[in-house]
Amino acid sequence: MTGAAVRMAYDGIVACVPTTVPYRRFSINTAHWWIGRALHDLTREAGLKPAEIDGLILSSFTLGADSAVGVTQHLGLSPRWLDHVPLGGASGVIGLRRAARAVQAGDARFVACVAADTNHVDSFRKTLSTFSRFAQDAVYPYGSGGANGSFALITKNYMNKYGARREDFGKICVAQRHNALAIPFAMMKKPLTLDEYMSARPIADPLHLFDCVMPCAGAEAFLVCRESDARALGLKPVRLLATIERHNAFTEDTVQERGGWAMDIGELWQMAGVTPDRIDLVQTYDDYPVIVMMQFEDLGFCKKGEGPDFVRSHTFTADGSFPHNTSGGQLSTGQAGAAGGHLGITEAMRQLTDTPIGHRVKDADLAIVSGFGMINYDRGLSSGAAVLARAS
Amino acid sequence: MTEPLARPKRKNPLKRTRQPLYPQAIRSRTAQGLTAAAAQGRFELQKCAECETVFYPPRDACPKCLSARVPFVPVDNRGMLTVETTIRTSTDPYFRERTPWRAGLTKLDCGPVVLTHLHGDVKEGDRVRLDLKLDKGGAPVFIALPGKDTPHMADDPQLREMTCDPKFRRVLITDGRTAVGQAMAKAFSEAGCNIVFVGIADPWKPFPGQEALARIDRVEIVPLDVTDTESVTELAEQNGGRIDIVVNTAEHVRPGGILGRHGLTVAREEMDIRYFALMRLAQAFGPAMRSRGTDGVNSAAAFVNLLSVHALMNWPQFGAYSAAEAACLSAAQCLRAELRPGGVKVLNAFFGPLDTEWFQTVPPPKVAPSALAKAVVQALQRGLEDIFVGDIAEDVRARLAVNPKALERELSG
Repeated sequence: MTGAAVRMAYDGIVACVPTTVPYRRFSINTAHWWIGRALHDLTREAGLKPAEIDGLILSSFTLGADSAVGVTQHLGLSPRWLDHVPLGGASGVIGLRRAARAVQAGDARFVACVAADTNHVDSFRKTLSTFSRFAQDAVYPYGSGGANGSFALITKNYMNKYGARREDFGKICVAQRHNALAIPFAMMKKPLTLDEYMSARPIADPLHLFDCVMPCAGAEAFLVCRESDARALGLKPVRLLATIERHNAFTEDTVQERGGWAMDIGELWQMAGVTPDRIDLVQTYDDYPVIVMMQFEDLGFCKKGEGPDFVRSHTFTADGSFPHNTSGGQLSTGQAGAAGGHLGITEAMRQLTDTPIGHRVKDADLAIVSGFGMINYDRGLSSGAAVLARAS
Repeated sequence: MTEPLARPKRKNPLKRTRQPLYPQAIRSRTAQGLTAAAAQGRFELQKCAECETVFYPPRDACPKCLSARVPFVPVDNRGMLTVETTIRTSTDPYFRERTPWRAGLTKLDCGPVVLTHLHGDVKEGDRVRLDLKLDKGGAPVFIALPGKDTPHMADDPQLREMTCDPKFRRVLITDGRTAVGQAMAKAFSEAGCNIVFVGIADPWKPFPGQEALARIDRVEIVPLDVTDTESVTELAEQNGGRIDIVVNTAEHVRPGGILGRHGLTVAREEMDIRYFALMRLAQAFGPAMRSRGTDGVNSAAAFVNLLSVHALMNWPQFGAYSAAEAACLSAAQCLRAELRPGGVKVLNAFFGPLDTEWFQTVPPPKVAPSALAKAVVQALQRGLEDIFVGDIAEDVRARLAVNPKALERELSG
């Protein structure tokens, strides 16, 4: 088989109503509660009745025995299009692109994209130990460091191979903390200095405390519909220029040093019709700063191995030379389970509609959001990215 | 360089005994293929029968060609430790009290990348040998060992979590009157046991080898009659808290099947000395061992059963004896399940006919008691669960794996 099919543009399809249910460190509520609250806020903001939501795409780790269909009955919804995306931090971008195609094809008119997770006192440990079959068979019994242990190995290997230093990762974390201080519900409330980053307690060498996200409870949601419908409802839309997704790429790499983005990035920029230098803000998936650095490379902002130099030559606050994770990202605002992959989307939408919660990026017209998820054995398997544009 | 273990001091009896914990032991059914290999000390991974790709973690189809014929087979265990980490924070209570804990990714020469525990003498970039072990929870895990043996390497704390090394431990050999019991005493003394308790029933009755037994270093003769519940209980009350390994050497070998015997007298004796004795020993010593599975350098480690390989398939020439051995095997499986939560292993050593008086009529090959003792010590040093000692035992294992029904006919021939 040769020749890839030509991809259809997302003409006339928009995302709107970025919704965030303020995060909490621990919650005695269930994931259902957080989903319900997100849909409540989203429909109210959109001026839609719940019954008018005819498409739902859901991501959550903590629904217990339920899947998306159980949630429809729980919340009294009767959608004609339903999807469940269990792809962790890649769920946001992948949910967005599936929803966009559903609306474009006419299978649904208003698709609510929702990610929510609760965080009980013991749910993090339970999620880790039963995360996947490979995790159960081949990861958790080796020290039970969870994702920290796996990403420690990826980070160390990247440092060995490409000369990244802890200070480089620290620079990313410090900038994100600055961005998060303007977010009222961010888990992290205090400024972070590079010295504090460097001297934080070790978690799994070379990772230290501020390389790791804070698990929390929370929800993120947005609506995908036609631009004409958004306009009719008086909503501020954001256009979708291009998307990619990829799973289980580069199996030949002994240790992960690139994500699936690198396989499809040319297509992303071609479809978007822009080049990376035109981008005004970047929302990467920041479960660990090494993955951020890999995304700078794999999304085309610099070449493989140039991530450390790229970081040294830029500033990453909302007013910096390379505005990045402008709402603080998961590293400082918190990782609300599967909602971590939606955080960058809602933030980019807000910046492109001049409604940021925190610091504003000046003249923001184009954004890229990327997602990354599911460290099944030794590497993250799913990646995705989307280019979003201000609707003039 | 591994720091050699220091001989443990006498424990303050007022101090709290650390409660046994073990790593998560749940595995997929396919991953139990690793358990089977680890239990017998083989290094195996899955290899596609169609395209010969070796892969890991365990899968139900080949990731190269999707073939479903993906058996576990012995493979080359050499590779390079590509990258390592030291885990300092763990969500699991077992590892939490053992951090810092090192782990790393080893790229095997045969292909797969394996996340492994690390021996103290390996570091990033080293050539290593992977070993497949059973951890404290009895679940299969990989550990990267130095490319060549290093001094005191068995004393490494991560490795010792996965073995039952007799060094500095205290062993009870339940019957010192037998040639096997005496060979065991010698082997365990040489392996560095702190105390070798040797049980003797009716100590006033002299027996062959008595003087040599008493001369073995660190041997302590104790009165023990495994057919007498009171005797077993009494010894456990006195010494149960400081016995780390039990080796049941009680034997009762009589030829004959079922039809040739009149009545049940001999059968009852067989069951009493083998099956009921095992129950008595397990009930008397098992609970204390289970609670002492992580009690420092000389924690309780293993319960050893010496079983005729004919426990696995009846040998009509010694038919009733085989049946008693089979009963012991079944009880050992139960005991294994019951001791596992304490991190205490059950080692079953399956042997072929021994070179002792009771197998006088059986032609060679036969197993010398010293060979059986050596094999048991080595198996404990490696942390194994099942071993086959001697040519006959190996032969039975091989035949059983291919065609049990054929073996049944062959043994009755």
